[in-house]
Amino acid sequence: MEFDYQFLFSNLPELTITGLAFGAIYALIALGYTMVYGVLQLINFAHSEVFMYGTFATLWTVWALTGTGGGVGGIQLLLILLLGLVMAMATSALIALALERVAYRPLIKKDAPRLIALISAIGASFVLAELMGLRDKVTAWVGLDDDLDRYVSGARINQSMASVVNMPDVNIGGLSIKTVDLLVIAAAIAMMVIVDQFVRRSKLGRGIRATAQDQETAALMGVNPTRTIQYTFLIGGLMAGAAAFLYMLKIETTKFDVGFLLGVKAFTAAVLGGIGNLRGALLGGLVLGVAENWGQALFGGEWRHVVAFVLLVVILLFRPTGLLGESLGKARV
Amino acid sequence: MNKLKALPKPVKLAFWVLLAILAYALPILEPPIISTPGVDFGGVLFVVTMYCLIALGLNIVVGYAGLLDLGYVGFYAVGAYTAAILTSFHANWPLLLSLPFAVAATTIAGLILGAPTLRVRGDYLAIVTLGFGEIIRLVAVNTEWLGDRRGISNIARPPSVMTGEDGGVVVGEAEPGLKGIFEIPHLYWGDGTVLVDTEDTTQFLVFGVLDQIPYYWLGLTVVLLVLLADYLIKNSRVGRAWEATREDEDAAELMGVPTFKFKLLAFATGAFIGGLAGALFASRQSFINPDSFLLLFSILFLAAVVVGGQGNRWGVLVGAFLVAYLPQRFRDFDDFRVLVFGAALVALAILRPEGLFPPRRTVRAKQMEHELEVLETGHDDGEEAARV
Amino acid sequence: MRRNKVVGVGAIALTLGLALSACGTTEDDNGGGGGGGEAACDLTLAFFGPETGPAAGLGQPIIQGAQLAIDQYNEDAECEVNYELFDSQGSPDEAPSLATEVAGDESIIGVVGPAFSGESAAAGPIFAEGGVPTVTPSATNPTLADNGWDTFHRALGNDATQGPAAAKYISETIGAEGVFVIDDASEYGAGLAGIVEEDLADTVVGTDTIQAGDTDFSATVTRVNDSGADTVFFGGYYAEATILIGQLRDGGFDGTFVVADGVKDPAYLDAGEAAEGTIITCPCIPATDPGVAEFAEAYEAEFGEEPGTYAAEAYDAANIFLDGIAEGIDNRADMLTFVNEYDEAGVTKQLSFAENGEPSEVHVYAYTVEGGEIVPEGEIS
Repeated sequence: MEFDYQFLFSNLPELTITGLAFGAIYALIALGYTMVYGVLQLINFAHSEVFMYGTFATLWTVWALTGTGGGVGGIQLLLILLLGLVMAMATSALIALALERVAYRPLIKKDAPRLIALISAIGASFVLAELMGLRDKVTAWVGLDDDLDRYVSGARINQSMASVVNMPDVNIGGLSIKTVDLLVIAAAIAMMVIVDQFVRRSKLGRGIRATAQDQETAALMGVNPTRTIQYTFLIGGLMAGAAAFLYMLKIETTKFDVGFLLGVKAFTAAVLGGIGNLRGALLGGLVLGVAENWGQALFGGEWRHVVAFVLLVVILLFRPTGLLGESLGKARV
Repeated sequence: MNKLKALPKPVKLAFWVLLAILAYALPILEPPIISTPGVDFGGVLFVVTMYCLIALGLNIVVGYAGLLDLGYVGFYAVGAYTAAILTSFHANWPLLLSLPFAVAATTIAGLILGAPTLRVRGDYLAIVTLGFGEIIRLVAVNTEWLGDRRGISNIARPPSVMTGEDGGVVVGEAEPGLKGIFEIPHLYWGDGTVLVDTEDTTQFLVFGVLDQIPYYWLGLTVVLLVLLADYLIKNSRVGRAWEATREDEDAAELMGVPTFKFKLLAFATGAFIGGLAGALFASRQSFINPDSFLLLFSILFLAAVVVGGQGNRWGVLVGAFLVAYLPQRFRDFDDFRVLVFGAALVALAILRPEGLFPPRRTVRAKQMEHELEVLETGHDDGEEAARV
Repeated sequence: MRRNKVVGVGAIALTLGLALSACGTTEDDNGGGGGGGEAACDLTLAFFGPETGPAAGLGQPIIQGAQLAIDQYNEDAECEVNYELFDSQGSPDEAPSLATEVAGDESIIGVVGPAFSGESAAAGPIFAEGGVPTVTPSATNPTLADNGWDTFHRALGNDATQGPAAAKYISETIGAEGVFVIDDASEYGAGLAGIVEEDLADTVVGTDTIQAGDTDFSATVTRVNDSGADTVFFGGYYAEATILIGQLRDGGFDGTFVVADGVKDPAYLDAGEAAEGTIITCPCIPATDPGVAEFAEAYEAEFGEEPGTYAAEAYDAANIFLDGIAEGIDNRADMLTFVNEYDEAGVTKQLSFAENGEPSEVHVYAYTVEGGEIVPEGEIS
């Protein structure tokens, strides 16, 4: 193993910004994990699939509206992308709500042990991923495969919306930065701030925090726990949808199992920042994204994931509740 | 279950012996419906025994000590790689000699991993162990000394017991010419008739290439031994200490249970069994590469334990059987089998939230809790949010 | 209760009696060979590889390629050849049980696969002992041929034949002065990249590894740009190549992108503009050959998509067995001899095997992406 300090330092700004951009996507996904965990102490393993459905919503919206030739520009493209964002958020939110209804609520009702909810989540994750991976066969059953051919063929391989969006690079102080990276970072931070303020200040947010602290007492105080849990999943889903849209803008390609690895990383980010802590999710995501890029620069790409996990272990040893600690339930937030 | 308890001891013993014989005979009987079309039944049963071993080991960590481990596949990998390195890649030891080293290496790995991380509580432990599992796999992928992504071939098989050319008993590597001490014919299930198929036989205790059944017998024997050890540990002071730690760590500590030490012991014991399974698995495969130790397997192992009923050794055995067997049995579903498996997990979780066979103590504890609550609140209202 | 038990024992005795009296009936062969020159009935070809799981995308073209060959054969055959899929999910874990099942089913006289090198290593000894002839359309680890398995055959060039050709193309045709070598940490990709790196030694200005399944390669792109390379070689499959080239071009890399046969898939063209000019080396005859064009047309007509990676190799592999069946071969031993002595033109190459199962001659061709199509450039010699 060799340490390439020179390369790391001479390219530090570029590596940092691209790392932040991908870290911002981790952060938005991590938000869903952290909120559900904060309220239910449950690892929502299927959240990665919520994200995956969002990427497909974006892809299909763009495909449907740009036609085959592409060549759409200006205001029209902007509108299409906006619609893509809305569709992604709506789809992910729907999937998240369906997940809560089918895989979790029956368990919560039965006062089941927490681990069994994890198993239910894992099962739901398999079902959701495979449904997407088998969309050609499923639609063939219904007899719709010919009409939807473009959308369902190649169900097991990458599908791409490459060269739909071309943005010029931005030049800041002699450093050429991709617009998409700046956009992703800015959008992610903006959305995190909105959610953070929402949870802190709105009535609903107060309900979520109360439920996170003590579900029973919150219920006595007039907070409907079922409704609150639903909203938690809804917010997580909306953010996963936004993450999916930004991901598609940056990577332009998706596949039925794209969620798995990203989900593991996003969950790592959530724990890194302090699970249950919204600002922790943002910090954890950004730190993880940058650490991966720096780690790869230093040790080579084969150790990229090792760097991420070692960082996690080290941080947890010194700060057992993550960088910012757990806090969704704490009154001071 | 209760009726069984009421039977006199000799009858009970006879029942268990019969059950064990049936288990051993299963791949010979190849009963329709149960046997697996499209994939070798003996091979599937061997994998089932490996999952059973792993489930028993993970059950000690998750079920008895209450530590959520999402990186158990890492121990499995350490065991497999130790056996592979000692019997093929860097030395030429026989398998039986390498086994103690494989389990020792895994136990040490368990201690090294556990010592710093067990201070982390609850779900943080889950992600830390997940990280460790991945690190072990990625190190194997990237290290030439461990065969990197190409893997390690020609791992030693267990020693065979055969009849030599002069009629004497030979112990050693299976050779195509030599036969076992005796052969056991399989059953053949035709349409409505059952035949003893003298053509299709299994050589007793010959660990060859083409017959998976001797490996299954070996696996089953190890499972039974571990089961016995598990029974003894669970009913000892150690078992009670684990239980106390799981139910309330602070209270246990106050009562003088050195909880950290016992958690570490649980981790190491679990690792020991995982390593044993890994080494046996590597021996049957005769080839391993990092693809056998993906994160997904940790998740499946955990599913086996939780679905079966964490804390109940019979429950986790059933869980292991289901997780290893169902996807193989339902190969007819072709590409839909993962989907069906996922749906089955959700359905099981919702229909049997305590697992298929919850440990008796859990049932008792639940009842007591419920009674207490009725006393406290004065009315029977069991609906409470999900908390362990 | 007790009476039931007696009945049970009686039933067992009865069955045993039946069994003993009927002993030997299972030894009867059905079919029994038939006359010379006539194709035998009830024979099966097996596919061994991923049908589900993460590698299913790579398995599908192979499954369909072999399917096409069998369908074409069955169209005017008296006795249809069956086709059975053994889904390993691409994992070596599943391989031993599946291979044992294949070896135990006497009606299977040939296997197209195993698809990956890992599962080949795990299943190889079982096929060798069971005498099941296999022709893999996609496993390229050179060491597989060194195990002394008589049953092992490979319908494509291994890493050791493709690697040097790619290196030669890079140094001679492109005349690269700085080459950056990337691999995807897979057995195939890393093996190939290692050989290219070794062959080009002096001109290699840097190397990096990406992980299959990753989608953000920005650190790798930075490294490529920093090294000042004019050519990038990527050892890996099309899934990562498509994303990687997009990000390389976005990141300002304007040199040549060279890849091998794992990327020769229509899906690679999804990269659009970015893919233009990519050099793909492949040990497969270009479609300008009428036989190859015919295959491509038939494939597209049957499955509604262009043949993907290794579809043509699978088609060839299946056709070797089918030719044997057409000649009346009905058992594995004869089939093995037949395959070992086979020497016919396939759609990817002249198909004949050396002693160790490697194709006896491999010609590597260069292809380039031009106007959204993969067009042949000529043989690398």
